[in-house]
Parts: sequence; C-alpha cells; structure tokens
Amino acid sequence: MKTKNKIRVLIAKPGLDGHDKGAKIVALALRDAGMEVIYSGLHQTLDQIMQTATQEAVDVIGLSIMSGAHLPICEKLIGMMKEQGLTDVYLTVGGVIPHQDIPKLKEMGVAEVFPGGISFEGITTGMNKLFE
Amino acid sequence: MGVAKYIKDERGAIKEVVYQSGIKVKPAYGPEDLEKAGFTYEKDLGAPGEYPFTRSLHPQSYRSRAWTTRQYTGFGTPEETNERFKLMIANGQNGLNVAFDLPTQMGYDSDHPLAEGEVGRVGMAIDSLKDFETAFAGIPLDRIGSGLTINAVATIMMAMYQATAEKSGYSKNQISTTPQNDILKEMIGRGAWIFPVEHGVRLVGDSIEYAVKELPKSNPVSLCGYHIRESGATPAQEIAYAFEIAKAYIDNVTNRGIKPEDFVGRFSFNFNVYGNLWEQIAKFRAARKLWAKMLKNEYGVTDKKKLFLRGLFGGGGSGLTKEQPENNIMRGAYYALGAALSGAQTTALCSFDEAYTIPTPRSALLSLRTLEMLMDEVGLRDTVDPLAGSYFIETLTLEMEEKILEEMKEVQKWGGMVKSISNGFIQRKVSRQAYEFEKGLQSGEYRKVGLNPEGTPETTDAGNEKTDVELHEYNEEWAIKSKSNLKELRATRNDKEVTSSLTALEKAAKGTENVMPHLVKCCHAYATVGEMAGVFRDAFGEWNEPDFY
Amino acid sequence: MIRLIEDNDPSAFELLKQLYPHAGGAFIIGITGSPGVGKSTLIDAMITEFRKLGKKVAVIAVDPSSPVSGGAILGDRIRMQRHATDTGVFIRSMASRGQKGGLSRATKDAVIVLDAMGYDVIIIETVGAGQAEFDIAGLAHSVGIVSIPGTGDGIQAVKAGILETGDIFIVNKSDKPDADAACHELVMMLGMRNLSETQWTPGVLKTIARNGTGVDKLAQSFLSHFNFMKKNGLIDLKRKKMEQMYFQSILKDLTLEKILALMKESTNFKETSKKIESGSMNPLSAAELMVKTLKVTR
Repeated sequence: MKTKNKIRVLIAKPGLDGHDKGAKIVALALRDAGMEVIYSGLHQTLDQIMQTATQEAVDVIGLSIMSGAHLPICEKLIGMMKEQGLTDVYLTVGGVIPHQDIPKLKEMGVAEVFPGGISFEGITTGMNKLFE
Repeated sequence: MGVAKYIKDERGAIKEVVYQSGIKVKPAYGPEDLEKAGFTYEKDLGAPGEYPFTRSLHPQSYRSRAWTTRQYTGFGTPEETNERFKLMIANGQNGLNVAFDLPTQMGYDSDHPLAEGEVGRVGMAIDSLKDFETAFAGIPLDRIGSGLTINAVATIMMAMYQATAEKSGYSKNQISTTPQNDILKEMIGRGAWIFPVEHGVRLVGDSIEYAVKELPKSNPVSLCGYHIRESGATPAQEIAYAFEIAKAYIDNVTNRGIKPEDFVGRFSFNFNVYGNLWEQIAKFRAARKLWAKMLKNEYGVTDKKKLFLRGLFGGGGSGLTKEQPENNIMRGAYYALGAALSGAQTTALCSFDEAYTIPTPRSALLSLRTLEMLMDEVGLRDTVDPLAGSYFIETLTLEMEEKILEEMKEVQKWGGMVKSISNGFIQRKVSRQAYEFEKGLQSGEYRKVGLNPEGTPETTDAGNEKTDVELHEYNEEWAIKSKSNLKELRATRNDKEVTSSLTALEKAAKGTENVMPHLVKCCHAYATVGEMAGVFRDAFGEWNEPDFY
Repeated sequence: MIRLIEDNDPSAFELLKQLYPHAGGAFIIGITGSPGVGKSTLIDAMITEFRKLGKKVAVIAVDPSSPVSGGAILGDRIRMQRHATDTGVFIRSMASRGQKGGLSRATKDAVIVLDAMGYDVIIIETVGAGQAEFDIAGLAHSVGIVSIPGTGDGIQAVKAGILETGDIFIVNKSDKPDADAACHELVMMLGMRNLSETQWTPGVLKTIARNGTGVDKLAQSFLSHFNFMKKNGLIDLKRKKMEQMYFQSILKDLTLEKILALMKESTNFKETSKKIESGSMNPLSAAELMVKTLKVTR
C-alpha cells in the first residue's frame, strides 16, 4: 500500500435515492481531516462514477448508499473497476448497511465499510489506515 | 440533533442555554419580560380561533375533536397496495396516504436501467394508468381522500388520479387528492427532484391553477418544513424556509391572474416535532401567527378560514437513535407532548425502531398509543393552549417570531427562494449546520442520552446491544411483474392516441399552457410515467445541482 | 499522470519531458472571477457548445485548499457532471495546495499533459486573477473574466488591474435587472485601455449560464480571439513568453531544491538552526549568514 501525502476521495451517490445529508457531512469531515474530496452529486449512474473516479485520479471511491441496495451496487462497481483497470483505487461504502452484510461486502473486494452511526473519527481513521 | 447548547460550570450548573434557533434562555422569566417585549393579548395572541391564531385555529381545539393521526401505505405491486387500502378502510380510516417507489418518483418506468433494484421497494410502482386503476379498484373515491407522497411528477400523479376516478365513473369535482407537490423542499432536503428550479415551480403553479379551476376538493400543495429540518435547518429556519417556499409558489400563481384568496386556504404544512420541547411549542405558535399575518398583510387574504396554518406536526426521525432504541419510546412521547401543547391538528410519530427498520405493527401501535394517551389519559384535551400567558412561553414565542422573520429576510436578501436554491445558498447553510451539529454530538457538546458521554454507565449498560439495521423488503418479483405489464401495455394500447397526446403535452410544456389537461389526456391514452416525464425532461432539461460547499 | 505531478512524484518530471513536444496544439482558455458568479455553470455550458463544434474539451477546476487542515472540497465538478460519460470531455479538479493564486507549476504541468493527450480546448477555472507567479494570463491564451450585475465587480476589476489581462468580459446572470448597466460600465472602462493595431478589442458579453443563453456567442468569441491571435502571430509570441516563464519557474524550483538540500546537510546549517531555536540568533541574521557562506564555483 502506497503512503499518500494527500488522499483524494470521490464521495458518490449512486442510484435514485436522494438522501445526501450523510454524504455531504462526511465530505466536510474528510476535508477537515486534510483530504481532497470530490462530491459527485445525486442520481449518479455507475458509468458516471467510474469516469469521474478515473479522471480525478482518486485514491478512494466512497459510496453513500441509504437505499439498501449496497450489495448489488458494490458488486457491479467492483466488476467495472476490474474491467477498466482501476485496480489501485479502493472502494468503500457507507450508509444504511446491516452489520451482517459487512463480511459479504469485504469478500467482494470492498476495502472498508462505514455503517451508519460511525463517528467522523472512525471514518477518517478507516480511510487513513488504507494507506499505512 | 435538536438539542440546545448547554454551557455548564465545573459543578454541572448550567450557565448558559442557547436553542438551536439561536435564542438564549434566561434562568427565570417574569412579567417584566412581557412588558419589555410589548406583549398584548389582542395583538400577539388573540382568542383561540381568532386572528392571529397564535393559540389555536379553532375556539375549542381538542375539546371538540382530538387530533387525527396518519399512517402510510403503498409498496410493491398495485395489487398488494389495493389490498392494504381496503384493509385500512375497513379498519375505519377515511383517508389514504400513498407512497411511490423511487423510479416512479423520479419519472422512470420500471424497465428503465436506473430503476434496477428499486421497483416497488419504498413504495408502489406506477408505470401507467393501468397500475393506478388496479391500486384504487373498488375504492369509493368520492368518500375517501388520498394523500400522494409525490413531488417532481406530482402533476402526472394528480392527472392519473383524476383519470382513474373518471374511468370509475366519478367526476373530478368529487375527488380529493393531496399530493405533497413541494419541489423546492426536495431540492433542499429530500433529493427527489428532476427539472431545474424554475420549471419545477412552473409545474407546481400549473397544478395549483388546475386545482383552483377543476379540482375543488383537492389540496394541491403540502409545504414541508419537515425535510428541510431533517437536513440540518434550525427550527426557526424550518418555518422561515417553508414560508418563503410558499411565497415562491403563491407568486407564480398570482402572476397568472389568480387571487391568493382562491387557493392559499388549500395549502397544508408538514412540520417536524423533535428537539427541545419549549422551542418546538414556541415555533408552532409563532408559525400560526406569522402565516396568518403574512397572508393578511402581504397577500390581502381576508377570509378567516383561509388564514389557517393547517398541517401535520410530527415525525421527528432525526431525534431518534439507533442505539438503545427503547429510549426512542420516551423521546416519541415527549415529542408528541410538544405537538399536543402546540395544538397540532394532525400528527404522526416515527416508530421507536424507525432508525434501523421498517416499523413493525407492534412499534406502529406503540406510537398510536402514545398519541392516544396524551388525548385520553394525560389531559391534553382539557383546555386550549394551556401554556398561554406563561412569561417564558410568550416571551419565547415572540423571540421565535423575530428569529423566523430574520431568517426570511436573509432569503429575501438573496433574491427569494428560487434564487437561493439555484445558487445553493440554502443547501450550503443547511449542510454546514448539519455538519456542526453532528460534530457537536460526537464530541459530546450536545447531550444525547444513551449515546454520550461515552463510557458512562448509561451508554454502556444493557439495552445497548447493537441493533442491526433491517431494510425495506425487496422482491425481484415486483420488477418482473411490472416489466411484463409494461410490455403488454405497449402492445395493446392505441399508439396514435399516445403519440398525439404526448405531442400536445410537449407543446404545452415548451410554451406556457397549463400542462394538466394534457396530462389527463395522456393518462387516459395509457402513456407511461416515463414517457410523460420524458417529455418534461426534453422540454425542461434536468437540474444541475449547485455545489453544497 | 496528473496525480504524479500533484504529488511531486520524481517520475513526473521525466514523463513531462517526453510529453512536452506533443503539447502546443490546444487552445487554452482561462476563466476567472469572484466566487458565486457562476463560472462552473458557465463552463458546463461552454463544454456543450464546444462539443457541438466537434472539439474535445478538458477542464482544470482549481479550488482552494483549507489553510487549516490542508484538505479541500473540490466542488466545481458537480456543475459539469452531466458530461461525465462523454469520452470527449475530461474534467480534473485540483486543489490549490497552499498556492496563493491557486495556480502553480502543477497547473501548468497538467495543461501540458492534457494538451499532449489531444484536447482541442483546455479550460482552466480559477478564483481571482492573482498576482502569483503563475497567474492565469501566463497560462492561458484567452482569459475570460466573469462578473455578475449589481456587485460593482467592474470597478473592482479596474482596481485590481485585472482589466489589463482580460480578453473577454462576461456578465453572467444577465437576467438580473442591472445587467445592461454592468455591461455599459465595463465597455466604458475598457474603452480607456490603449490599443495598438495588433491588440484585441476586448468584448463584453451577456450570458445566463444556467440556461445556456449567450454561451454559443461566447464560445464563438473565444474562437475568434484564438484565430485573431494566430493571424497576428500572437500565439507564437505568447508561447515564447509562456515558455520563458515556465523555464524560469522550473529553474527556480530545481535550483532551490538542490541548494537547500546541500545546505541542510552542512554542519553550518545545523548549528545555525540550533542558534535560532535557543534564541541566540534571529532568523534574519541566520539566513544572511547561510547565504554568505555559499560558495559558487563555476
């Protein structure tokens, strides 16, 4: 794992769900922790997220999913990342995620899961740990 | 969230109290405070049921009628929804509240790529009039009113409701529909928007104009301060922004030559109820007064009944915690107390487990009992506005009034709600506040029982088992059925009618003609939601969100 | 690649050397103006126009880094997100990372990369025309200065000397009531600029970025300016100037790097640093001393 002097994160809202408060406040928290954050906006298709992550040369894609569709979305995205050679980018996901799904997500290749209720510190520590 | 800031000394005594809305609270209030504020009964309160309605909209309030409660339905297929509807009516409910799935809310058909994984999940999947007919089959639409939780495509759903009624032999004069239809709040706090701001407002204007002329029993707009508060606004901003949003809609309609008197009486509100008890009570009393004053002084409305701030004060999801969920039962009771002391006409409570699951029948029942208890056991029906005259509450209500006006002035300075939202000013303010509140909660600056301070017995004892989140059920069958229904529909409907009705809709959308009559025709021709919304997407484009920071 | 540049990765320099000869074909536009005037929305609309003309567009959107945390929210992209799946569009957000004007050598390097990649138009979005070493005029062929009516930006521009650098002046949100007055003001002040024969007459255009009004004319204006410059040999002139600036900047960076590295190894340096810490020597005298002890051998 390379160490990074600046971690670039894409906070993305895939799909139709419009609850973006969590994504926005996490973006602010990551900025205050010294990271460079790109926020995708709502209603993103996976294609848009892939293109954005590639162009912006991010280190982490942070998906914010409040709709419960995290398993199919992550599976799809991991597939696309592999296909398009985005293999040095980590995928993390946060939002409404039951604890029982965390091992499933990790198995797919998701680097870190931040279920609702986790503190800002927990998220920034988790993110930073990926680069230690 | 919703907790006041308490600055304490080393011994735990409170030195300073500041409410979320920014109001400081003194240790004690007395007659001198009312004097200083220039308080008079006639000007500031009025008798119950009299202008400016600070105390109550009706002279008897709960003495004549206890508050009404609401309950949601709608998920999965129209058939299942129809069954639920019939069950609820059999149980005595005389109004239906309908939820729609995300693809429908966003104007997509069930077979659109973006609809994947979402068909029927958070509400009913509606692709065409056929689905509506199935959902409302056998429902007496002249007696049962329906609230439709729909915003961006509210015009389409209203048209569908009318077409459904007409197909069943009812006239549009008989039906009562209440679409939420508040697109501006979506852009601040709920995210189910499609078109750019001005076009969204135009559609709201079209639906109000249509309701005035053609749907006498329908209430075209429910102004939702609720979601704005959930996304980080203070209680004062919740009211201020809802009122400024109302003004944006009112102005759009008056520009068409329709008098405010003809439609403002049909606006309703949806406000949030969590947080500091006194702040909520003062907020609602001030809101009733300000709404009446605003309509009278700025819009020349004179009919008393049309000055009412009608609505639902309830919910409170942001105040609940996932941890130690039983605590939420008590929280719900206190929030409900606040709503009752505020004279809420209609209310609903989030269930105690709502932070991590779809309410179970048991938890839904607990909420209902909480509300019943206040009315029937604890004495909240005894007298109207019991806190009136309290030195504290009256001073606080006046200060809240000032705060709300202050927040409204800021929006006016920015050029009004449409400009404020287009430029992202409101969203930015609200996100930053949400961030600061959350930081305060995590640092322990704001107290949340069961959550902080960490490591104390009350945050580590039993009852703190990490409850796991349960999600909305998703059944792949729903998507399969919807898609096959769509296929059949497309094969059997009259393509010429569909095309001609959509073409007429396009012309209206691109011009200034009211889209509603055209939508009704499109619905009758079995055009799909995706097709109708597609015409709007073509004509209006999609909104380009501003940056939130 | 741009990431390597941003992070000061040593391999970036080599790669840039290789790419440099392939750069030079792109039309570089700088868009600057105060926060809130609608630059991102304008650029979003400009992308659409340029794409209609068949041009490949790259955008570098610069946002300030927080001086406190060093982090940043790179929020310009969201206004351009509808182009996210167009393969003829490349949007790159860059944080200022402490550079006062927002622009730095890294921005210039990024432009080279995008140029070499074959983008026809490269738009740099930044706040303020700055007086930093790399200001927008040094990086771009055409500079567009965006303002909105009612803010007195026109007068501010004169005060800041920005009027000298702008090629096209854009009054956005021109549906506001005082738009015409704002344009008028700008036209008047531009009229006071001295023009030689080969100098461009800066235009003042009205736009409503959020619905695209006037943006087609704007795109045409920029292209006209580019053609004007080509015709009058100004592109070449500019390129020479830019190369000199670039050279000086790299020279400064490399020299500084080398000398500082040597300095820091010397015992002199360590002693002097200790003296500053203990308070027996002040930073001014210390720096003077260090430089005095520098010996230049040719």
